[in-house]
Amino acid sequence: MYMILVGGGNVGVNLAKRLIQRQHEVLLLEKDARQATRLSNMLGEEHVYVGDGCELSTQKAVGFGRADVVIAVTGEDEDNMVVCQMAKVVWSCDRVLARVNDPSHEEIFRQIGIDDTVSATGIIFNLLEQQIAKDELIPLGALAKGNIEIVETVLSSRSPVVGRRVRDLTLPPQTNIVWILRDGQGLVVEGDTELKVGDEVVALLPSDRAEELRMLFVPTKV
Amino acid sequence: MRVVIFGCGRTGSSLGLMLAKNHQVTVIEQNPEALRRLGTRHQCKVVVGSGIDEEVLERAGIGEADVFFAVTRGDNSNIMAAQIARLKYKVPKICIKVADPHRADAYRKMGFECVVSSALIAGFMSDWMTEQPFRPIDEYNTLCEELKL
Repeated sequence: MYMILVGGGNVGVNLAKRLIQRQHEVLLLEKDARQATRLSNMLGEEHVYVGDGCELSTQKAVGFGRADVVIAVTGEDEDNMVVCQMAKVVWSCDRVLARVNDPSHEEIFRQIGIDDTVSATGIIFNLLEQQIAKDELIPLGALAKGNIEIVETVLSSRSPVVGRRVRDLTLPPQTNIVWILRDGQGLVVEGDTELKVGDEVVALLPSDRAEELRMLFVPTKV
Repeated sequence: MRVVIFGCGRTGSSLGLMLAKNHQVTVIEQNPEALRRLGTRHQCKVVVGSGIDEEVLERAGIGEADVFFAVTRGDNSNIMAAQIARLKYKVPKICIKVADPHRADAYRKMGFECVVSSALIAGFMSDWMTEQPFRPIDEYNTLCEELKL
């Protein structure tokens, strides 16, 4: 496959290296001549082109028209947008991929038809959120005008209930553990069910008992 | 009309000062220094930040704007800001300054009003020389065959 990469920063270089290893025809575009020379030494000069990927003359010279995929990975969202949009509209290249640096731009990329975007910031943020959310009680929904709540928590190794059987827990009044998701499979909860690290525990309880349940499940902060 | 202008360079500041006499103008500019071009007695509202940042656009009142001008010297920033203004905030009138005639042609085909200042100036000068009357903008934009896609 002929792959054109625009932007010779860290992302562009490392991506190009891997794609070259996979035997693809790879051309990396970099507008800064000095940076391009460095890239040529690393990747081989047949894989590097000095030019601005947003310009028609460059696009013509490197053959945007016959590219199987155009990938824009500069550090500027506006540049990545224009590269991908011109590849699609002017050169009818239907496979484009854009790096999006500001996750709030993902929506506008999608709206103009650049469906494939990758946002490192977004990915790291989501992972962090999941890490932070571990051991916290997450409200999933409410019943009976908000008097009954459905909550979920993911057990970390620090949770005091790990290793204990459900029947041995002193749950708050009218509280039921209704479901456990373990290794992607739902478990019907019985008295003998032993809680393990990574379990996603779903409980049904009166809203004013949530704090008691949190005390039971969530490790006290050091 | 309610006007939002992204970019306070020579074009943006002239446009802002000109329009502020009769319209409600907000100027968005990343570099606070550049706002000096407006002088000290101007009537424009000023927002410091980037026009591709939705938060900044909203502070500038993009949601209620009748017209949006993107006139920084960055073609791609102008183009991106214009697309956000059109798709997300449904601004009815949008005009973009684009230095690269090919890029301007591509986005003109996508329905954006793109003004290429070099093409305008060249066209004006050429008509001045031959003492022809001046023409509509679009004619100047497309006068030079070599600069089309």
